[in-house]
Amino acid sequence: MTNYLMTIGIECHVQLATATKLFSPADNDARDKSPNSVVHPIDFGLPGMLPVLNKRAVELAVVAGKAMNAKIANISRFDRKHYFYPDLPNGYQITQMYHPAILAGYVDAPMEDGSTVRVRIHHAHIEMDAGKLTHFGDHSRVDLNRAGTPLIEIVSEPDIHSPQEAKAYAAELHKLMTYAGVTHGDLYHGNMRFDVNISVAPEGATELGKRAEVKNLNSFRSVERAAEYEFHRQVALLEKGERVVQETRGWDDATGKTSSQRSKEDAQDYRYMPDPDIPPIVLTDEEIATIQQGMSVLPPYYRDKWKDLGLDRSVIDSLLSNRSYAELIATIQDKAGDAVAKRVAHWFSSGVSTDENASPEEVKEYTADPFIALAAMVDANELSSTAAKEVFNELLVSDRSPREIAEAKNLLQVSDEGAIAAIVDEVLADPASSKAVEDIRSGNDKAIGFLVGQIMKKSQGKANPALAQKLIRERL
Amino acid sequence: MTVIADYIGKSATDNVRLALDAAKNAEQYHALLSLTEERALERAAKVDSGEITGRLAGVPFIAKDNFLTLGGTTTAASHILENFSAPLQATAIERLEAEGAICIGKANLDAFAHGGSTENSAFGPTLNSVDQSRVAGGSSGGSAVVVALEIVPFALGSDTGGSIREPASFNGVVGIKPTYGTVSRYGVVAMASSTDTIGCFTNNAADAELVMDVMAGRDASDMTTLPDFFGPTDVKPGQKVGVIKEFMTDDVDADVRARVHEYIERLKAAGHTVEEVSLPIVKYTLAMYYIIVPAEISSNLARYDGIRYGHRAQASSLAELYGRSRDEGFVAENKRRIMIGSYVLSSGFFDAYYLQAQKARTLLVNEFNALFDTYDILVGPVAPTPAFKLGENTTDPVKMYLADVMTVPASLAGLPAISVPAGNTSEGLPVGIQLIGQRRHDADILALARSMEGNA
Repeated sequence: MTNYLMTIGIECHVQLATATKLFSPADNDARDKSPNSVVHPIDFGLPGMLPVLNKRAVELAVVAGKAMNAKIANISRFDRKHYFYPDLPNGYQITQMYHPAILAGYVDAPMEDGSTVRVRIHHAHIEMDAGKLTHFGDHSRVDLNRAGTPLIEIVSEPDIHSPQEAKAYAAELHKLMTYAGVTHGDLYHGNMRFDVNISVAPEGATELGKRAEVKNLNSFRSVERAAEYEFHRQVALLEKGERVVQETRGWDDATGKTSSQRSKEDAQDYRYMPDPDIPPIVLTDEEIATIQQGMSVLPPYYRDKWKDLGLDRSVIDSLLSNRSYAELIATIQDKAGDAVAKRVAHWFSSGVSTDENASPEEVKEYTADPFIALAAMVDANELSSTAAKEVFNELLVSDRSPREIAEAKNLLQVSDEGAIAAIVDEVLADPASSKAVEDIRSGNDKAIGFLVGQIMKKSQGKANPALAQKLIRERL
Repeated sequence: MTVIADYIGKSATDNVRLALDAAKNAEQYHALLSLTEERALERAAKVDSGEITGRLAGVPFIAKDNFLTLGGTTTAASHILENFSAPLQATAIERLEAEGAICIGKANLDAFAHGGSTENSAFGPTLNSVDQSRVAGGSSGGSAVVVALEIVPFALGSDTGGSIREPASFNGVVGIKPTYGTVSRYGVVAMASSTDTIGCFTNNAADAELVMDVMAGRDASDMTTLPDFFGPTDVKPGQKVGVIKEFMTDDVDADVRARVHEYIERLKAAGHTVEEVSLPIVKYTLAMYYIIVPAEISSNLARYDGIRYGHRAQASSLAELYGRSRDEGFVAENKRRIMIGSYVLSSGFFDAYYLQAQKARTLLVNEFNALFDTYDILVGPVAPTPAFKLGENTTDPVKMYLADVMTVPASLAGLPAISVPAGNTSEGLPVGIQLIGQRRHDADILALARSMEGNA
């Protein structure tokens, strides 16, 4: 049987986190706005309107380039891509066809097995988004709120060879762009959209197969699933002696299948033309360096910083899933050391949502001190690890200190020897304990766990288990 | 002769009423597409009450109907914008209003400024101010005629390949096309973005200096505007003037050449040096122009699709809606240019046509620059002929395009150029001479023109 190799290149559209649109002063945040309420005459394509380039969008592109280890062009230009559609008011999209702002770079994406895949970036360009058309039976409605939203389109080289690598690349790109502050990264609202180009060819073939492009994927999981599905679909065609058609395909998340949208034969001629209304973007190396100096640190920095903490890859992943978690753990590490950082890291990795589709706005900004205080209480035997977890969960949503929370929940451990001794005596005197007591005396030390458990139960979890154990041993 | 000074210090309401009356009495020329009477009188009342002041307080003017203005329609002389009311005004209009000027109406043009005779207006041609059997020139024909007829002391036009200079020449008025980027294009219906310029028609150079001074300057809404540089100046003695010999061949009307030669003699008499110079690449400029400009037109006119504003045809599918709205909304010349432009931009032809034309354009700029190493100002005729007969060139578009041969070089090179009256032909038709300056030396050509006035 023939073995097939898959080759994947990904184009990713990233919505830039600017206050206004790429070429107009209209509000760039169209979420939950009524249709056509954030539309300037420039976005509307009124006669005589001219684009005015948003400087902040250019800065964010420069930052994005750095996050992808890419060179920034000293001169880049805008071009017009022409086609008629009601969601495109000017009859052309302003993009960068010939001289993109971001040149070659690469992204190292960590894989679940601990390895890393390097995906080279061919280039990335700045462009405007189109509006939205909704169809209603006999008519359609146009909403131009999104028209003119700034995007960068990141075009990878075909360096990806498995669905897992595709997912890892998409996820790492998302982390890099959100950490760099390039985008809000809200996948649910389409802040990042992936077009996945997939082809298969028999192993050892010298040419790539015909590719299909699956458009508009908006989660890492769907990138992985669509690649997986396409691999099997295309291999099945080749095995039957059929051809793969070069075409655009859509993805249905519910059925887990792709379907044909349009074939390359209907490809339009976009009549690209340099945009005469927009002078070239000219950036000196010094200007590029100045913009990039102000950048926040990126996921690779944290991975390196935490490498001696002994955290599992999954724990690191969940911390990195949100920039505010990563920043918090790094701050705790600086203030209170590796051990405390590790302890808090574990609480976070198991205690918070790392849903990639969660809106970033729902994540609270945390300060380090309460978590350091909580860790200190555990170290001082004031809280059991179970109780600490409960206090942690409350701390995520409360403004109270960990001690206040522990007191309110009556979770503080009893470390008073006298009080615990009384409970120990009571448990040892209980006939139900006699079997365990006999076992311990005859050298079966495991049975001590049962007795400690009884003591914890009687103390409602507040007894310090180490102290209880010590007192049992003294008595037996 | 009507000049701006005649209107300063008078009752603005009287100024506006007289202008409106004059406009109504000149209807046979079809120079105007609409009057903005109500808004003009409101503004005049504010000038008279002292609420509005400025260097042009109470001075009426007319704008070519491709400038977005309040108080009426902005049609670009096309059916597709026949009922279009703009929600805002062009920067040029705003700056004139800020100095108290009052727009009283909108002038006829070739639809979307495509043409050199105003015969391509969807609403009928404008007649020449001197001979009603002849064209007004174009595309800013209406603006030239209203100044020539002294309805207003100045009018606004746009010049992409000669659209101010040619009608100025045909009607015997001053018309300036400034350095590309001198006046904001914001709010002016775009034709070809890389050569569109905003200028004016006046009856003397001093008025053109004043109007340009008000309109010129950097505008945050137009990224292609230059930093402020324009300021009226006086002519420097002993200017070195070059006569472009390619503009003075036997193909050019003998009377036109004779008037240019006379002007040259007067320049010499005024102490300037005049020499013949050559601009060999001129023979390729029409080819460059009719590739680059239609390409940009095909792009700029894509927004007129019947979806958001303007004429929308009855249709049963989206493709039919686009096709019919644009078919009904554009005149033949618009469609011709859209087709040429779409062709030269299409995949496989872009490199051969558009990019080649842009490279040739750089060579043209270089040839001009080389001449300006030696010469201060270049001169020649504006057009090969005086105003031609209505209908004379309408059946042959190439013949019509050839009339642009002397105006497109300055447009492609982004240079300032002015058309000033140089006398009449034996038939009594006006002839203009063209003064072309270096980039940002607009004030110098105006100063030279002003110094030459009154010593004819």
